Amino acid sequence: MHVVVCIKQVPDSAQIRVHPVTNTIMRQGVPTIINPYDLFALEEALRLKDQFGAKVTVLTMGPKMADPALRKALPFGADEAILLTDRAFAGSDTLATSYALSSAIAKIGQTEPIDIVFCGKQTIDGDTAQVGPGIATRLNLQQLTYVSKIVSIDKGARQIVVHRRAEGGVQVLRTSLPCLITMLEDTNHIRFGTMDDAFRAARYQLTEWSATDAGVPDVAQCGLRGSPTVVKKVFAPSAKTVKASPIAGETPDALAKTLIDTVFTAHPGLQEDLENQIAISTQGASS
Amino acid sequence: MTEQATTRPAGRTVELDERLAAYKGVWVFIEMERGHVHPVSWELIGEGRKLADRLGVDVWGVILAPPGEANMVAAGEAYAHGADGVYLMEDPILADYRTVPFNNGLCTLVNQFKPEILLLGATTLGRDLASAVATTLATGLTADCTALAIDLDTRSMAATRPTFGGSLLCTIHTLKARPQMATVRPRVMAMPPRTAGRTGRIVNVPLNMREDDIITKVLDYIPDRDQEQAQLAFADFIVAGGRGLGKVENFRLVEDLAAVLGAEVGGTRPLVQGGWIGAERQIGQTGKTIRPKLYIAAGISGAIQHRVGVEGADCIVAINSDPNAPIFDFAHYAIVGDAVKILPALTEAFRARLSANRKSI
Ligand SMILES: Cc1cc2nc3c(=O)[nH]c(=O)nc-3n(C[C@H](O)[C@H](O)[C@H](O)COP(=O)(O)OP(=O)(O)OC[C@H]3O[C@@H](n4cnc5c(N)ncnc54)[C@H](O)[C@@H]3O)c2cc1C
Ligand SMILES: Nc1ncnc2c1ncn2[C@@H]1O[C@H](COP(=O)(O)O)[C@@H](O)[C@H]1O
Repeated sequence: MHVVVCIKQVPDSAQIRVHPVTNTIMRQGVPTIINPYDLFALEEALRLKDQFGAKVTVLTMGPKMADPALRKALPFGADEAILLTDRAFAGSDTLATSYALSSAIAKIGQTEPIDIVFCGKQTIDGDTAQVGPGIATRLNLQQLTYVSKIVSIDKGARQIVVHRRAEGGVQVLRTSLPCLITMLEDTNHIRFGTMDDAFRAARYQLTEWSATDAGVPDVAQCGLRGSPTVVKKVFAPSAKTVKASPIAGETPDALAKTLIDTVFTAHPGLQEDLENQIAISTQGASS
Repeated sequence: MTEQATTRPAGRTVELDERLAAYKGVWVFIEMERGHVHPVSWELIGEGRKLADRLGVDVWGVILAPPGEANMVAAGEAYAHGADGVYLMEDPILADYRTVPFNNGLCTLVNQFKPEILLLGATTLGRDLASAVATTLATGLTADCTALAIDLDTRSMAATRPTFGGSLLCTIHTLKARPQMATVRPRVMAMPPRTAGRTGRIVNVPLNMREDDIITKVLDYIPDRDQEQAQLAFADFIVAGGRGLGKVENFRLVEDLAAVLGAEVGGTRPLVQGGWIGAERQIGQTGKTIRPKLYIAAGISGAIQHRVGVEGADCIVAINSDPNAPIFDFAHYAIVGDAVKILPALTEAFRARLSANRKSI
């Protein structure tokens, strides 16, 4: 069994600051991490390694600097790591990203056929949840998004059963391999790798692929040129024209009374709505 | 979304080439789960109506469902909320959501009738389907939009969404492909008024697939037992806390106030990450979007990802010790002070006021 995990290197969002004057993102010195959602995908892949001896290949598309993300994935137990990097990929939107990644996955599959491609639910920078389904569509893989659990895999029959989070419930789906799974968050915990993995990772030579190495059929579909979406404007949200009314008081109690008076005067009907709501919720509690 | 792209010249008038100009009209995918329409569909019809009126075109709902009476009921509701017509694709294969038949069906309709805009709810179903459709049609898709508008110069849709980093928004266009696609999360757009008796056209189109050709099978559907998720999004009264509460024990102050108001409780993402509250209680871009009548936010800074989730509230009361906290830019009432001291006072004052009044009725 061979599984590929797509991981993205993202800036640690907790440490991002926006320049107060220019409104631009200050990335300098912001440490990068593996997209946190992708660790759920990686752990699920590593469980297939435990269970079936699956080979785990991690794949990242990004600038040369994306190298540390891949390096960090190895000590957890990933077997191979490929960095897809080329100037041609710069400025990719999700359509162009899924094009580049699916080309590379197809190439990886030529040497060793792939059974499952794993992605995270979404990234914390792009935050679209589009790249996973994009890859599935392009490679004609059965698409299983928001998977909360792999119930079973029948290697012989090449069948998989999963739980998929839907609106208001969980779907139990059965499909054939190969498939693409996007893992839901909080479904597992990334493991501590073994000492062996740590040693192997330290010596491991990453594979670096350009667009040509990855066998990308049409570079015009990559990067900015291949991206149908165009960012026209980046701006700070405007403050409301009417500023928030300040509520003050000598003591917290006085302040609380002032607030309630002010709010109830400005929003007639609110008090009645609240009282109805309380009636409903106390009813609910007693029944 | 890319940074490089921002350096391109903007505002240039683009003559749509003939191929693209053939695409006309605004479509809204009507999401049905077991005969029940997700309310985000009506919110989008309301939004689609505004876009269509700007463009001078029609709004169409799109229903993909198994045959049944529910479909005509849904079509009627679509008209009542502002749709001019409904494309209806009925097939038993569409009983449960699966990517392949839905992608196939929706792409067939798009290729045949060519809408210029296609909107879907950013639900698990809508996101799964929108990505597959946009990839199949090689067109642009903007996720989780918070505002949609029309740029009449280019006749293109301006889709605004929060961007990376905490306090910025960006506006994205799809200029060289059609349809222009966007997803919008439930509760972000207001529910449009319902006009009873409004009617529209219906166009039936077959799916033309065989069940045997579909590899993925739905074995079972396990409905959620606790309806907690729905409750927060649809609650009229919500009290929420943020990191400014200082320590997890103080979150009880939020719960106490909520109990007195019969309100739901929520919080910011750091509280979820810190294990103070469950993920289903997170409010904001990656949590729930809310539209309550009253929202009380204690110790919350008001970062853009939180703001986009609460801006639909009728009345926002913010308690923050920092007079310059961004939350005061969009709150209606500002209390500058220590939430740990003010919350208990509010709880007592509301208790006194609301019960006093109840006795007097
Ligand atoms: C992709 C992405 C998605 C995100 N999605 C979400 C989301 O869905 N929801 C969300 O909430 N966040 C989200 N975030 C995080 C968001 O950017 C902010 O980091 C977060 O909302 C801040 O939470 P906070 O206000 O609780 O904490 P802080 O930003 O730390 O603010 C604490 C506030 O409390 C005030 N304070 C301190 N002490 C007191 C006191 N004693 N009394 C009163 N006030 C006090 C401070 O002045 C400060 O304003 C997301 C971030 C990213 C990058
Ligand atoms: N540049 C990338 N390299 C590798 N995987 C990616 C990349 N971008 C997105 N992905 C994968 O696609 C998922 C969804 O990303 P997004 O559509 O950006 O929310 C992520 O969780 C990753 O698994």
